[in-house]
Amino acid sequence: MKPRTRWEAVCTVDDLVPESGIAVWTEEGPVAVFYLPHRLPALFAISHTDPFSGANVLARGITGDLKGEPVVASPLYKQHFSLLTGVCLEDDTVRVKTYPVLLDGNQIRLEVRANQRESIAA
Amino acid sequence: MSKKTLIVVGNGMVGHHFLEQFCASPAAADFEIIVFGEEKQLAYDRVHLSEYFGGSSHADLAMGTLEWYTEQGIQLHLNEQVTGINRENRTLETPRGSYRYDELVLSTGSYPFVPPIKGNDRPHCLVYRTLDDLDAIHASSEGARTGVVVGGGLLGLEAANALKSLGLEAHVVEFAPRLMPVQLDADGGALLRHKIEELGVQVHTEKATTAITEGEDARLRMNFSDESFLETDLIVFSAGIRPQDALARASGLEIGERGGIAIDNHCTTSDPHVHAIGECALWEQKIFGLVAPGYTMARTLSSALNGDRETAFTGADMSTKLKLLGVDVGSIGDAHAQTPGARNIRFNDERAGHYRRMVISEDGKTLLGAILVGDNSHYDTLLQYALNGITLPENPETLILPESQGGAPALGPDALPETASICSCHNVTKGDICGAIDAGCSDLGSVKAETKASTGCGGCTALLKNVVDSELEKRGVEVSKDLCEHFPYSRQELFHLVKVNGIRTFRTLISQHGKGHGCDICKPAVASILATCWNEHILATDHVPLQDTNDTFMANMQKNGTYSIVPRIPGGEITPDKLIVLGEVAKEYDLYTKITGGQRVDLFGATLSQLPDIWEKLIAAGFETGHAYGKSLRTVKSCVGNTWCRYGVQDSVGMAIRLEDRYKGLRAPHKVKMAVSGCTRECAEAQSKDFGVIATENGWNLYVCGNGGMRPRHADLFATDLSDEELIRTIDRVVMFYVRTADRLQRTSVWMENLEGGLEYLKQVVLEDSLGIGAELEEHMEGIVGTYQCEWKTAVEDPEKRKRFREFVNAPSQCDPVQEWTVERGQRRPVLESA
Ligand SMILES: Cc1cc2nc3c(=O)[nH]c(=O)nc-3n(C[C@H](O)[C@H](O)[C@H](O)COP(=O)(O)OP(=O)(O)OC[C@H]3O[C@@H](n4cnc5c(N)ncnc54)[C@H](O)[C@@H]3O)c2cc1C
Ligand code: SF4
Ligand code: SF4
Ligand code: FES
Repeated sequence: MKPRTRWEAVCTVDDLVPESGIAVWTEEGPVAVFYLPHRLPALFAISHTDPFSGANVLARGITGDLKGEPVVASPLYKQHFSLLTGVCLEDDTVRVKTYPVLLDGNQIRLEVRANQRESIAA
Repeated sequence: MSKKTLIVVGNGMVGHHFLEQFCASPAAADFEIIVFGEEKQLAYDRVHLSEYFGGSSHADLAMGTLEWYTEQGIQLHLNEQVTGINRENRTLETPRGSYRYDELVLSTGSYPFVPPIKGNDRPHCLVYRTLDDLDAIHASSEGARTGVVVGGGLLGLEAANALKSLGLEAHVVEFAPRLMPVQLDADGGALLRHKIEELGVQVHTEKATTAITEGEDARLRMNFSDESFLETDLIVFSAGIRPQDALARASGLEIGERGGIAIDNHCTTSDPHVHAIGECALWEQKIFGLVAPGYTMARTLSSALNGDRETAFTGADMSTKLKLLGVDVGSIGDAHAQTPGARNIRFNDERAGHYRRMVISEDGKTLLGAILVGDNSHYDTLLQYALNGITLPENPETLILPESQGGAPALGPDALPETASICSCHNVTKGDICGAIDAGCSDLGSVKAETKASTGCGGCTALLKNVVDSELEKRGVEVSKDLCEHFPYSRQELFHLVKVNGIRTFRTLISQHGKGHGCDICKPAVASILATCWNEHILATDHVPLQDTNDTFMANMQKNGTYSIVPRIPGGEITPDKLIVLGEVAKEYDLYTKITGGQRVDLFGATLSQLPDIWEKLIAAGFETGHAYGKSLRTVKSCVGNTWCRYGVQDSVGMAIRLEDRYKGLRAPHKVKMAVSGCTRECAEAQSKDFGVIATENGWNLYVCGNGGMRPRHADLFATDLSDEELIRTIDRVVMFYVRTADRLQRTSVWMENLEGGLEYLKQVVLEDSLGIGAELEEHMEGIVGTYQCEWKTAVEDPEKRKRFREFVNAPSQCDPVQEWTVERGQRRPVLESA
């Protein structure tokens, strides 16, 4: 059974930094949202937590593409994570969570697991 | 305690290598060192002796310099043969005097064996071992038409080549039925003979010379046992070598049956105070006629003299790879299949002239030996299989079959274990190479300089390159000059493109000159180039996404994702009031506080969102950013100088502050450090910096391109007795030339070493303005100085820029949940375990 989810509004277009990431706080914890205006789609969201250090830093990495795959490089130990799949290019046994992301008017929304309280309220 | 005396007899390749090792070891301090060499010249590279005929001079072949010997305090007696040893009194004799030793090292090498043939002492009968021998051969070749080499081994063929290069008709006379009997089998020898004859060298096998008499048509006649004869104008004997053990023999040291000074695993002879290394030494009844085992003995002995009984000489691999008269020849391990049960696999292509033989163990699992003639491209792979006992593939023959017949690809460097020996001359393993790369070597040249690999016989060059390339690739360093997959240019070329075309954004550059969207390699490199060219604020919107997090947030990220802050303290001079402000800020934000090596204060543990608030307070108290996060000028360290110090001759603090204020903020390919000392006592350790300034009575001496860190390098003296203005002008030029021409992440030391012409070239460019760009470089520097702004000041004053420092853009009050702290020695530190 698919867990219940909801589209949480996390920030607005003005908060985004082109070609770079920002961090937002969600029900599921910290998430990094990247805006790459020269790609289609232009928005990507992955966990903000670097699995190699446990620190919340991925939004502060440098973005780019390697062999066509959009990636972010961890600012701590420089591993690359695919923005499409979350898989670490240097060690494919490691993967960070990815989140569906959506532009709703001026709002950026992420699909996150709805927790108990929220789902009752909803 | 007075010093003991160490005497080295013989200044050849191994003797010299021993001195290099020993002088760099702690025990060197306990010894006076005296060296005797029979030859006139300082130790030279005998392996490449033949290049002397190709135009190399002694200086090209020399292994060290007289200056080096002087610096090490070694008493060097060249052209002085040791004629006797008295072991009881521990003295030795030369025609010039008598000398006492405490420890004696014999590295007397070997001498060419001249077969006992009647007439072998006639004029124009020569040998091939020393530079003097080569001079004699050269002299004898005047007016000569033909030359004969007696001996068809490795050295004989090299000598034949030398005769050919002197324009003589060359012959090789070999007693055995084939060439290179030690290394090759019948098929290999036959193929080699064929190839060499094609090159115009005549080969005569199974010929025993009985007498040398006067010739009729030429100077000499060689008479053979089968009654045939050969006339020639000169003869070079190359019928093997014999250990030079005469001294040892006469002094009663233990000698092998067939010669050689007997040594144990620590290279000590039967007398505990006498040691022997190199070709004169006999270990387990074996003589080693190659340079690599000699070097290993030299290292072993140096360790032993330092009290290390662990390091032992345990024999050596005698595999060889050569190009003889342009023909590839290789011989590995048990080439003659003498191991019981050994089996052979042969590949013989007479048309192409390729012969390959593998000797494998009975179970077919390991390679015992191999022979190659005509094509050495399989040598490295086969050698690694043999040396490391790597299990052979199921069809081992694929290793020597041509690739079109399904030959296996070469053993990639990845398949080698860490312990695989890559360079046997200098005992460098794959692990050592990986270590050097991890320590910052980023190209073949620097790995060579660091490990010495491939600076001996040169046989390992190709393999070394493969390993280095593969290891660099693994670490994400592009081996080609291309910056990365997005730009087919080096940093220097990109710099040029940016400057010449007036490009101001990454987007423009990549769309015009690159492809894709960039990555964490090219983006920061381009950011640094743009910053140097146009000096715009690094938080200008276009530049933000290009930078490393440290540059973006102008602080140094630590392991738990928090940052440290280093305000600038020029020259390390700080007022008590400012120091108090630092303390108060640190206290308010609970920042771990530590003094840096560069005379500043580092405040650790600030979260992203705290950074602007902290800087606001620091700026209000008169601080500026210290650029500790950037590839730019870090600190100008200084001693207190003549304002306080009784020895000081100039105001080092004043100069340090002036330099720091001038170059602060300048973006460079790597960090740049400077220091100023107030007199030659050098309390500021300026010679370990990229730019070191030391005061003299008359001004300043400038040292350049030093560094500390993993691979420390002493700076080189660049200019002396400069006035204040001259000093600044000179630094301006060197700095700008570096910024413009260095590669990404190349420190000044590596940059300078890679400049063709090195230090001398740099001096010409900067001091003599040989490229005519001096004024341009200074102007560029002036421009940068004129547009300096404290990045933090600009950032805290601009609300848009401050927005970047929000930890979570949608939850200003949410603090980072993973940061756990503990208290140690009265301060806070993270408990987070990093991977
Ligand atoms: C042409 C040629 C090509 C070679 N090619 C290769 C190769 O490709 N690969 C390889 O590994 N090896 C090669 N070798 C062998 C290599 O050069 C030797 O292994 C190496 O030089 C041995 O070093 P050593 O210090 O033991 O002896 P040496 O270099 O011979 O030095 C001994 C020195 O001691 C001096 N000496 C001797 N007796 C006295 C005394 N009583 N008093 C004072 N001084 C004394 C001698 O004059 C000499 O200078 C080649 C040699 C030659 C000649
Ligand atoms: S370098 Fe000279 S001037 Fe500076 S502190 Fe040392 S002794 Fe004094
Ligand atoms: S020496 Fe190592 S541990 Fe110490 S600051 Fe430098 S990188 Fe960190
Ligand atoms: S093996 Fe001789 S230089 Fe490396």
